[in-house]
Amino acid sequence: MTATATSARSDLSELGRSETALRAFLHGLPGVDQVGAEQRAAQLGTRSIKTTAKAQAIDLAIRMVDLTTLEGADTPGKVRALAAKALRPDPADPSCPHVGAVCVYPSMVPYAAEVLRATGPGRPSDGPGPGSATGRPSDGSEPAGGAAPTGLGGVHLASVATAFPSGQAPLEVKLADTRAAVEAGADEIDMVINRGAFLAGRYGEVYDEIVAIKDACGGADAGRQGRPRAHLKVILETGELATYDNVRRASWLAMLAGGDFIKTSTGKVPVAATLPVTLVMLEAVRDFRAATGRQVGVKPAGGIRTTKDAIKYLVMVNETVGPDWLDPDWFRFGASSLLNDLLMQRTKLKTGVYAGPDYFTLD
Amino acid sequence: MFEYAPAPESRSVVDIKPSYGLFVDGTFVDPTDGGSFKSINPASEEVLAEIAEGGSQDVDRAVRAARKAYEQVWGPMPGRDRAKYLYRIARIIQERSRELAVLESLDNGKPIKESRDVDLPLVAAHFFYYAGWADKLGYAGFGPDPKPLGVAAQVIPWNFPLLMLAWKIAPALATGNTVVLKPAETTPLTALLFAEICQQADLPAGVVNIVTGAGETGRALVEHPGVDKIAFTGSTEVGRAIARAVAGSRKKLTLELGGKAANIVFDDAPVDQAVEGIVNGIFFNQGHVCCAGSRLLVQESVAETVLESLKRRMARLRVGDPLDKNTDIGAINSAAQLARIRELTDAGAAEGAQQWSPPCELPERGFWFAPTIFTGVTQAHRIAREEIFGPVLSVLTFRTPAEAVEKANNTPYGLSAGIWTEKGSRILWMADRLRAGVVWANTFNKFDPTSPFGGYKESGYGREGGRHGLEAYLNV
Repeated sequence: MTATATSARSDLSELGRSETALRAFLHGLPGVDQVGAEQRAAQLGTRSIKTTAKAQAIDLAIRMVDLTTLEGADTPGKVRALAAKALRPDPADPSCPHVGAVCVYPSMVPYAAEVLRATGPGRPSDGPGPGSATGRPSDGSEPAGGAAPTGLGGVHLASVATAFPSGQAPLEVKLADTRAAVEAGADEIDMVINRGAFLAGRYGEVYDEIVAIKDACGGADAGRQGRPRAHLKVILETGELATYDNVRRASWLAMLAGGDFIKTSTGKVPVAATLPVTLVMLEAVRDFRAATGRQVGVKPAGGIRTTKDAIKYLVMVNETVGPDWLDPDWFRFGASSLLNDLLMQRTKLKTGVYAGPDYFTLD
Repeated sequence: MFEYAPAPESRSVVDIKPSYGLFVDGTFVDPTDGGSFKSINPASEEVLAEIAEGGSQDVDRAVRAARKAYEQVWGPMPGRDRAKYLYRIARIIQERSRELAVLESLDNGKPIKESRDVDLPLVAAHFFYYAGWADKLGYAGFGPDPKPLGVAAQVIPWNFPLLMLAWKIAPALATGNTVVLKPAETTPLTALLFAEICQQADLPAGVVNIVTGAGETGRALVEHPGVDKIAFTGSTEVGRAIARAVAGSRKKLTLELGGKAANIVFDDAPVDQAVEGIVNGIFFNQGHVCCAGSRLLVQESVAETVLESLKRRMARLRVGDPLDKNTDIGAINSAAQLARIRELTDAGAAEGAQQWSPPCELPERGFWFAPTIFTGVTQAHRIAREEIFGPVLSVLTFRTPAEAVEKANNTPYGLSAGIWTEKGSRILWMADRLRAGVVWANTFNKFDPTSPFGGYKESGYGREGGRHGLEAYLNV
């Protein structure tokens, strides 16, 4: 870390103290030209990923999946089955990697934790979890995905908190929601930003709320351990922010406030993750690291259903921010049906034939 | 690392014959004096085919065939019937686009990604667009019943072989002219495949004639007394010679020549998209683009940021096999062009500009040049004044909008310009002052058949494309 980067970091940390400074900074970011961003995303979508590159991409994508169920109808049984699948996506093939995380509502966290812990190697004090096998930056910046205790069979346990998906609840409720999820065993919290406040231009309010939730990620004994127990993914709900300029500002706002990941969508509004939105967010994390030295992860979520789509995202990561982000610690897919398509394509590559959908588990 | 495995487009989709004759009066014929030359693949230096070299007698034969077709068939034919043929040609081009794209990449060296996604869609669109005009010429603003000129002599360059053919042939045929076209000597193959498409479309004999050859063939064609109209796209030097040759004759002339376009980036520009625009402006088609944004004018206050982003982006460019679907930059079209690029870049380095290229491995055989930028360039450098026609960008800085305009206009050329700013009023202010035929705002190298294209000053005269493009082929 150079001296300049350190001073730049302290400069930016002051921004949250004043609404005016925050506004001036966010509105001073370079604009995004809509046509140009969409054209670039479309160009990257034409890359042809075949044979060995495709096999590599599929395994990486499986490791990046946040296997998600966020339904009113979720039950302990459903969540246990999902967690089992996260650990062994393809029971017929032990070489198939496990997914990145399971993502559930706070009330379902205990059931997922139960299944994941049963196979877990123990608490992080017992030694590095499987997640640590992946490259860790040595410059002191904390890997986002590895900041929290694993001990869950290498599969992280994420929970959506803060009155997901609308975020329309009093702050105290959101904080309680977050603490409850962490206490129940979640090591990743997916929070939603206050879009109402963001669109009304009250950036300070959005910022303060993220800071408060980040604090609550420490659970009931926040602050005493010196580091949070869960790492924080900040959902921007880009479909409601509408413009790429807003996406870029919200990305910076979330990163300045301490988010470990920025995530596109809840999956609960009509427009979820898109390639151009993800491009703008990747550019933001790239520029943020250049300015502050801190690396932040990106998670597109919602609407990514096919291997072809997932590979387009990986190509975009590769060519926009480079190999540093090509790791489940720094890039995730929020998805439910994507996993089975990845498994199907994986089997096709290995055997040369497509197996029917009945050969892949439906959990 | 995420390495992309090779993803080559199959070349078996196209059938290249060992030799090609001249396409005159609806059939392939041998040249009178039997001369020939070879067309090679610039990515491998492999010989693709033996091509007939047309002499003055062959040109005469082709012009007479075109005259006969004009007088007896194509001229008197109602516009709506001409349109049917043009629509038919457009559809066949779409149907055979993969074949044409592969052939274009083989013969020219451009990446398949570009021939497939840019050249071929635009070629078909051009024929569709002008097919639509054929029966509506009375409404184009050139009088109630504008007449064609007769026989058009068309000489096209090697950078977009099939696209330039479309720009020339589609409006000529739509307005009722017949043509004799000479493709460039390094890239004749797609024009010859187009001749087969004319046969497939049952186009009446003599309406389209294709005479292959080099400079002498071109000279014979433009100097032929039976020609009513000349359309040329190519170098300013040859354009001048043509203008001299036709001076005092009744031949109507349009020229589309060189350029040294300024791509102007202001401090409030959307940086990431501007960098894409810079890359697209100069590295698209290996920089073999007359309207390439070969001078980057960047506001001094953001020069460092923009250059840093540009270098990072350039390091991602994939140079190599034109037929690989993931290739961004293909081969330089010919040894002669590569020598020209080397001469100018050597001059740039000798004159004190700083040269930079990303680390990239170039294939051993074939003609290759790594994407290159020169910083510390001033208006006094040769690389800021002369057209390099290769993947080489000269970077200059400016302080105020007025200075940007002054520097952008300080060139003998005037084909295109680009402006990058979030301020709409500044775009309009600049566009009014830039002496360039095309001004792109927050984009670059955007083409559409409905939009006229052409230059100021030494970039030529006349417009191609759009309603304006009809005028060059009408007796008005």
